[in-house]
Amino acid sequence: MRLRRGVKKNSNPLRLHMATRPKYLNLLQIRMPVPAVVSIMHRVSGAALFLVLPALLAWWQCSLSSPDTFDASKSFTAMPLVKIGILLLVWGYLHHLCAGVRHLASDIDLGTELKSARFSSWLVLAVSIVLTLLIAVRIW
Amino acid sequence: MVNRAVTGAHYGLRDWLAQRVTAVVMLLYTLLIVWLLLATPTIDHDTWRGLFAPLWMKLATLLCLLSLYFHAWVGMRNIFMDYIKHGGVRLALYAVVIAALIAYAGWSAQILWSI
Repeated sequence: MRLRRGVKKNSNPLRLHMATRPKYLNLLQIRMPVPAVVSIMHRVSGAALFLVLPALLAWWQCSLSSPDTFDASKSFTAMPLVKIGILLLVWGYLHHLCAGVRHLASDIDLGTELKSARFSSWLVLAVSIVLTLLIAVRIW
Repeated sequence: MVNRAVTGAHYGLRDWLAQRVTAVVMLLYTLLIVWLLLATPTIDHDTWRGLFAPLWMKLATLLCLLSLYFHAWVGMRNIFMDYIKHGGVRLALYAVVIAALIAYAGWSAQILWSI
């Protein structure tokens, strides 16, 4: 009904388009293309890594200062939940790294065609997940 | 008249370049540390400390961490510019992030040079 009214009112095709286009984008309703998924994951992983920086520094300091604190930091990271958290961070780091390399490639005009941009996005997702799984196998 | 705010985007090319240079520094350091860790058969307190003992390794680690902090500043600032509409709130968040990152830089140097 609204569309029909719009057609009548706005005979100009451009104005019709303006009247019927989405006024805002609902992120839950639009299907994001793969490069967009990689892009938002790049941002989320970067923010997450920033937020855990003080914890990582504290852990690093603890692991270095004395043999006792080294053992303490080692047994802390051996706890299953902590291990899962570390793996999530490793995944975030690797995704951020791979997506960053993809950025550098597009800076020198590599893979900027739609097809190759989609392919390299899938590659970023795949490589970071595979590397994370390899590390998971190693630390478990 | 052009509306320029203290918290606006008047820093294009320089930060774009800095984001890439710091990224490459961190990428190289990541490869270095992975290679060093794989080359160390057992990691105990002594070998772990020994890894960061040489001056060149301290400097490489510090360079990587300072790159990380600058990189994090540019990234966090971009996120705030996109989502935080209120100028005052944005300025306060910038200040918090800058203060934290400068503190992390001092902390990192202290950790490295206490080895």
